[in-house]
Amino acid sequence: MASKITSLEARVLKPESHFIEKEPYYEQVGNEVALFEAAYSSQLPVLLKGPTGTGKTRFMEHMAWRLKRPLITVSCHDDLTAADLVGRYLITNNETVWVDGPLAKAVRCGGICYLDEVVEARKDTTVVIHPLADDRRILPMEKRGELLQAPKEFVLALSYNPGYQSVLKELKQSTRQRFVAIEFKYPAPELERKIIVTEAGLENGDADKLIKLAHMTRNLKGNGLDEGASTRLLVHAGKLIARGIAPRAACNGAIAEALTDDPEMLRAVNELTSALF
Amino acid sequence: MSSPPPSSDPRLAVLAAEPLAAAELEQRLDEILDAVLSTRRTSTGLAQAIAALPRGEQDFVLHWTGVVARTNPEMAYQFAAAAPAALQRLDLAAAEAWIVQAMDAYDRDGLYRGCAELKNIDQFAGLASGSSYGQSFDEAARVLQLFLCGLSGRRMRLENAAHPYTDTETIYLPSRLATLPGREENFQVYKAMTALLWAQTRYGTFNLDLAAALSDVASPQHAMELFGYFESVRLEARIGLTLPGLARDMDLLRAGQGSYDLRLERLRQPDAGAEDSLALMRELYGIFTPPRCCYMVELRWDQAMAVRNARIRREKAQFRAGLTELLDQHDAGTEEGDAGGGFSVTPSEPDSGDQSGVALMLAGKRVAPPANLQQLMDSIRQDLGELPDDYLVPAGDGTYRDVGRPENDPADVWKGVHHDEGAFFYNEWDCRRRHYRKNWCVLRELDVHPAGPEFVDATLAKYGPQVTQLKRTFELLRGEDRLLKRQPEGNDIDFDAVISAYTDMKNGLELSDRLLTRRHKAERDLAVMFMVDMSGSTKGWINDAEREALVMLCEALQVLGDRYAIYGFSGITRKRCEIFRIKRFDDSYDVQVRGRIAGIRPQDYTRMGAAIRHLSSVLNQIEARTKLLITLSDGKPDDYSDNYRGEYGIEDTRQALIEAHRSGIKPFCITIDREARDYLPHLYGPVNWTLVDEVARLPLKVAEIYRRLTS
Repeated sequence: MASKITSLEARVLKPESHFIEKEPYYEQVGNEVALFEAAYSSQLPVLLKGPTGTGKTRFMEHMAWRLKRPLITVSCHDDLTAADLVGRYLITNNETVWVDGPLAKAVRCGGICYLDEVVEARKDTTVVIHPLADDRRILPMEKRGELLQAPKEFVLALSYNPGYQSVLKELKQSTRQRFVAIEFKYPAPELERKIIVTEAGLENGDADKLIKLAHMTRNLKGNGLDEGASTRLLVHAGKLIARGIAPRAACNGAIAEALTDDPEMLRAVNELTSALF
Repeated sequence: MSSPPPSSDPRLAVLAAEPLAAAELEQRLDEILDAVLSTRRTSTGLAQAIAALPRGEQDFVLHWTGVVARTNPEMAYQFAAAAPAALQRLDLAAAEAWIVQAMDAYDRDGLYRGCAELKNIDQFAGLASGSSYGQSFDEAARVLQLFLCGLSGRRMRLENAAHPYTDTETIYLPSRLATLPGREENFQVYKAMTALLWAQTRYGTFNLDLAAALSDVASPQHAMELFGYFESVRLEARIGLTLPGLARDMDLLRAGQGSYDLRLERLRQPDAGAEDSLALMRELYGIFTPPRCCYMVELRWDQAMAVRNARIRREKAQFRAGLTELLDQHDAGTEEGDAGGGFSVTPSEPDSGDQSGVALMLAGKRVAPPANLQQLMDSIRQDLGELPDDYLVPAGDGTYRDVGRPENDPADVWKGVHHDEGAFFYNEWDCRRRHYRKNWCVLRELDVHPAGPEFVDATLAKYGPQVTQLKRTFELLRGEDRLLKRQPEGNDIDFDAVISAYTDMKNGLELSDRLLTRRHKAERDLAVMFMVDMSGSTKGWINDAEREALVMLCEALQVLGDRYAIYGFSGITRKRCEIFRIKRFDDSYDVQVRGRIAGIRPQDYTRMGAAIRHLSSVLNQIEARTKLLITLSDGKPDDYSDNYRGEYGIEDTRQALIEAHRSGIKPFCITIDREARDYLPHLYGPVNWTLVDEVARLPLKVAEIYRRLTS
């Protein structure tokens, strides 16, 4: 089914017919795979909670591969409106043509619609997902006067980070209480080491030091850092080290500078790095 | 000294730098130090010593003697006496740091400590040869604090003191280091000291009964010195295991001092403990002299023990109370209501992610303790090495519940029981020293006693029509969703535009690209802090006008929905700056807030700097795109003491406003002082203030000005 069109620059893929063929690497931390599969079978929507870089998006890719459904990801931003999700009329050849938005596409093809960082979107977008997220499972398309009934394969998944929410951007109770929530945390050291070693191709010794550094930065959360270094940053640093960059320089580029702009905090993180390497 | 040249002489500039003679110096010093001189104590000796200095240094001494004398003449006398000798060893920059440190000590601890600090020239002497490479504690503190926080263990604070040591909760470091040539190197020395002191608390230096061990030695001081050194050797090796990079840096700092004595090899084994250091101390007592090292730290055993014992008692109570809470939650979760069996601990599996290495079990099942309990567990295990069994008994109902101290009542502060407790401390800018006075102002938040509803009702009746008018104008400001038509970009098609474009096209006219509609939300992302002058000078009709203005403003702001807070400020002396809560950001405009507005009464003076600093920090906790700090004032900053009236107060207020501005706040001032033109532009800038010269018009004007400011 996958699109095989090859262009000179990059492959052009239609999201609704794009199936992930190669297994995305994912280490299960708890029972999230079983939980997601059960929710999928029961046609329940899923809410992924957790700080950035803990594998929420990777988990979605992995599940899309496992369930063999197309994954349509929408990165939400504060200008994202309901029309951006549902669809709108466009004009071609002197007539108006309806074009589905990503959410409508996912409903039609029975795919997984993943709204990343959903609290960033405008309030009216969360309202259109309500009828989809309860047992009605319909998407009202007001402009066309139609209701789109979701097939049983369709999954709605949201992600959100409870850590850096401002009061203005909290997920409403009426929204969050429709979902099965899965919490993502930083993996335990053993598992995190395995992830870094697999993803970055690094040796155990350096991976352990990276994990120690991550714990040190996580100690700094709330003392000048909004978040500690995530597993993703450790993988980045690990990849640089595996490519032959000196560890201190790699950690400065991939971790310290990525975490903060505050010169004193940068200095402190770099001091911690140099204490380890 | 040659006679003064005529003023036309081109060499004037050079000759003006000629040193002052002793007689002239004596006269100037007499004027400055008048209060502390007598027939027995004259300034002759001082003047003679200063006369030997070059002119630049003489000016320096005279200037600072004058500055210090305004704070305390005796300090100034001591300074003038110490200065000539100090200037032999310090350059001017180092000397300034020396004086400011002494003045800080005076501000903090009084004359005795201040004068003692003036004798502490050695600390700054290293700077004389190159002030560029010294590293001060203040510069390094934040990075070190973050570094320490990252190293984990228990939360520790950093303070400065004459010598480096730790009391197990606070790490004390010298206020300036210039032992090595180079700023970076000196920072590394700070870092090494911090790491070593942290390691003392982390790796069990204080978990010994040293007092008993030292009871039979002839010189406890020598024994302590030896033990301290052996511990450093052991801890460095220990640091090398977990933080190899840091250990390498420390090795570099120690370079040139050779390798360790072979007899110390035992301490460098991975399993060495503090008792090994103690055993070695007994073995080598009297025959071993510890070498010196640039990051050497001290052991202050008694101080550390006092803090440690207090913590152990406190944490035991807290931990047991925490267990009780955990048990309550657990009981609520299980249907039987009986957990069956108590708490226990087991070593946790290596991959479970527990930093403490133990898992808490309840009735044989693992329970996840909340973060604060986990921290307590870590801290207890650092002190005792394990969780003793008697810790695992939950506190009985009511017995250990109350572990905190009773809340202090701010109103009791002048009863002398807890002068500085529960208060906020703020620095104050001293324009003469051109430095901050550290933690100079003691500020408290108090409540206004609410008055009855009569005042607000009367105001609303008096200004009835104007209030309605005001509400209507404010309604226009309210940001609402609007549908913008004929937009080049947008979410939907503007069919009217498309049809007219279609006809245009048919008629051969140019096609417009404005065919879309767009929703536009004009958001007022605004937070406003009103800072109301409650000084004694507002007594009478100014106070009435202020209160009326606040009522009108609140009525109007209800329509607009902007976030706003109202605080009053007053106080008397730096020890008693007071902020009155009238409406916090979270409060809605209800009966209580109305009562508090009506209850605003004139108080004492206006020490504005501290008030601005405090309210800025309150305002900065609010997330908003625009933050306004609007001051309602009736005159210059003024206070009872410290010469706050005049230049000092104005410059401190200005500095506080500059700080506020830097943190992203826009200050504005509404005043009724007709002389405001003389000083407000200096404080707020040329446009950020306005004068309402008729007090009677204030109630109507304030809302009006607010509308203008925010639209």
